[in-house]
Amino acid sequence: MFWKLASRLSLAAGIAGATLAPAGAQTAKEQFIPITLYRTGPMGSFGTPPMVAYMDYMAMLNERDGGINGVKLVWEECETAYQPDRMVECYERLKGRGATVWNPYGTGLAYAVLEKSQADKIPLIMLGNGRTDAADGRYFPYAFPLVTNFWSQATAMVKYIGERQGGMDKLKGLKIVDLYHDSPYGKETIGVYDRLAKTYGFEVKHMPVPSPGIDQKSVWLQIRQYAPDWIVMQGAGLMTQTAIKEAAAIGFPRDRLVGNYWSGAEEDTVPAGAAAKNYISAAMNGSGTDFPVIQDILKYVYDRGKGSGERRDVGTTRYNRGVVIGLITMEAIRVAQAKFGEGKPITGEQMQWGLEHLNFTPERIAQLGATGLLPPFSTSCLDHEGGAPIRFQQWDGQKWVSVSDWVATDQKMVRPLIEASAAAYGKEKGISPRSCDN
Amino acid sequence: MFYRDSGLIKTTYKADRAIFPVDQDRWAIVALVGLAFLVPAVASEYWLSSILIPFFIFSVAAIGLNILVGYAGLLSLGTGGFMAVGAFAAYNFAIRIPELNIIVVLILAGLVSAGVGIIFGLPSLRIKGFYLAVATLASQFFIEWLFVRVPWFTNYSTSGVISAPAVQIFGYDMSGAAQRYLIVLAMTVAVAVTAKNMVRSAIGRSWMAIRDMDVAAEIIGVRPLRTKLVAFAVSSFYCGLAGAMWVFFYIGTVEPQAFDLNRSFQILFMVIIGGLGTIVGCFFGAAFVILLPILLDNLFALLGTGGHADLLSHAQMAIYGALIIILLIKEPHGMAKMWQIFRQRMRIWPFPY
Repeated sequence: MFWKLASRLSLAAGIAGATLAPAGAQTAKEQFIPITLYRTGPMGSFGTPPMVAYMDYMAMLNERDGGINGVKLVWEECETAYQPDRMVECYERLKGRGATVWNPYGTGLAYAVLEKSQADKIPLIMLGNGRTDAADGRYFPYAFPLVTNFWSQATAMVKYIGERQGGMDKLKGLKIVDLYHDSPYGKETIGVYDRLAKTYGFEVKHMPVPSPGIDQKSVWLQIRQYAPDWIVMQGAGLMTQTAIKEAAAIGFPRDRLVGNYWSGAEEDTVPAGAAAKNYISAAMNGSGTDFPVIQDILKYVYDRGKGSGERRDVGTTRYNRGVVIGLITMEAIRVAQAKFGEGKPITGEQMQWGLEHLNFTPERIAQLGATGLLPPFSTSCLDHEGGAPIRFQQWDGQKWVSVSDWVATDQKMVRPLIEASAAAYGKEKGISPRSCDN
Repeated sequence: MFYRDSGLIKTTYKADRAIFPVDQDRWAIVALVGLAFLVPAVASEYWLSSILIPFFIFSVAAIGLNILVGYAGLLSLGTGGFMAVGAFAAYNFAIRIPELNIIVVLILAGLVSAGVGIIFGLPSLRIKGFYLAVATLASQFFIEWLFVRVPWFTNYSTSGVISAPAVQIFGYDMSGAAQRYLIVLAMTVAVAVTAKNMVRSAIGRSWMAIRDMDVAAEIIGVRPLRTKLVAFAVSSFYCGLAGAMWVFFYIGTVEPQAFDLNRSFQILFMVIIGGLGTIVGCFFGAAFVILLPILLDNLFALLGTGGHADLLSHAQMAIYGALIIILLIKEPHGMAKMWQIFRQRMRIWPFPY
């Protein structure tokens, strides 16, 4: 009996293997978009909503406009489980289907395919994550750490604190704690805060929280002894909600605890309960459903039963970030089509041109129905980031409320750091920078 | 009918003690290895770089762990840590001494890993079984912590995820999928043959003696200290080599999170599913653990999601788990035992008694 079963299984495996070979090129009027996401695994709740939103946005364009200039958007999911090796497998599989852009949505995942994507000439979008110095388009022609990055964000967080204090000169002599997740991600901003402290004359103390950050008693004891004026937090996962609760326990005012944009979602504040009220976080996108584009998604996708996820997730911080990913990627396709031929699917190289010529003016954002959802920014051959401003939001106990206008980042400080780091990378790898003059 | 050992008359001790005493086995394995070297001529990049390369790398890691767990009976949960040591050692050798040949780098990385393995193998002289597994857990956590904490190991990279330098051998660029595949395959064949010979020789027999009854082994003259530490060293060498190949020929990046406790468990599952105390089982186990989820994912993608993508991606994991349970109930000794039974049947096919 067993061997019969085994032979049948091997037959099935054979059939599957034969069909595993990548399918042929895309048909004429379709643009293939690869979706790599992590529905399973410990990071599942973080990675699923943005990619669901990305797919929902494309579904909305298909339903409302019939695609982009008549080119229908098609996509295929591939499960990475937040593992770099699975990401590589997905990359190779979907590349064979005709992928022209990547959105791994995870720093480790992006690193795993960074060099492959440069060699294959398929742009790699790392929205608010990934390799910071890839913002230098001369060394990383096909990498786009778009909108903003951890370093830029740190400058905006300090600027926001300055605004709240009543001027940047009021920062002098303040004590600020940098509470960070003890991982490569959390440590990334240490140097930038040190530099900011020197510039503005405040004192910064870096305090690591060991992963996963469930036990923070000793750190908060130190914080109480140090008595800082402000805390800036680079939180991740469970660390954020625990930190908010600990801040409440020692009576630290939550409106002086400022989290970065990975510490500012509903998943961070709801579990902290009442303690999270007045907590402030940075945001690179607006939350809620009060945007025409989100309303369109509800109307054209969810009302027609074509959503890729749960309707109740629409409008959360993470979901809206995925809509921003969709807006930017699809806009790049439009820009590329305008240059290389409207109504035709574009290639990876044309996509790169599109991504380098993004210009999200306030008028264009309004046309897209996304005013307040994403900041105005533009990209160029040299600047693959955009240096977009950051917004700050406060948790009112029920939902996130925007408490600032877009706060500009200090590109004068960040850009030289990026260029120095990118040049060091180029030297190590033997890459000569391309010219961005024309 | 075709596969039989009657009529094969061995006239020398050497022939009798060959790795594959049956002629057909030998021909088959030579043909298989030969074919494996020809694969790049027909396989696509997807097959080479995301299916076959990881399969061989994990096979090497599984052989390493199988030497420790299957042959020497020392239960270890530190495999991921030893792979990380190999990966970081190879990275540091490659960027600090760029003149070194990549093969030399791989071997040096294996040796560093072997040294670390010996240190963490010391407790095995006093503690056994599950207690030893818990002790090796310490190495897993310590090594992961060390690489996150000490920036020297990551060459002061700001984000801690670092990319491996390009690989060259005698001036030839080895970054293409076919080249990487051939190196990995050659290394795998070399270490698999070495491992097979090791377990058939005096050292392998002393490992098995220690595994089966250490007191008796000591009485007949096996020195537990040396035997156990050699097992740790050889095992860690293999795991370190696998980690180094992972960095240079598979992912291209080094990050401690890639070698966490889950990785250790994954390789332990390969060894258990493949068959404890067998070399061929390591290949079966690696195939099952690495390739089956990819196969399921592709099958599901082929069938279409029908709007239930989230359900299906969890269903895949459930199916995979169920298959493991069914396999272990049907054949607790792993896939290597099934292979053995199959060959036994083929001997008398098509005329069973």
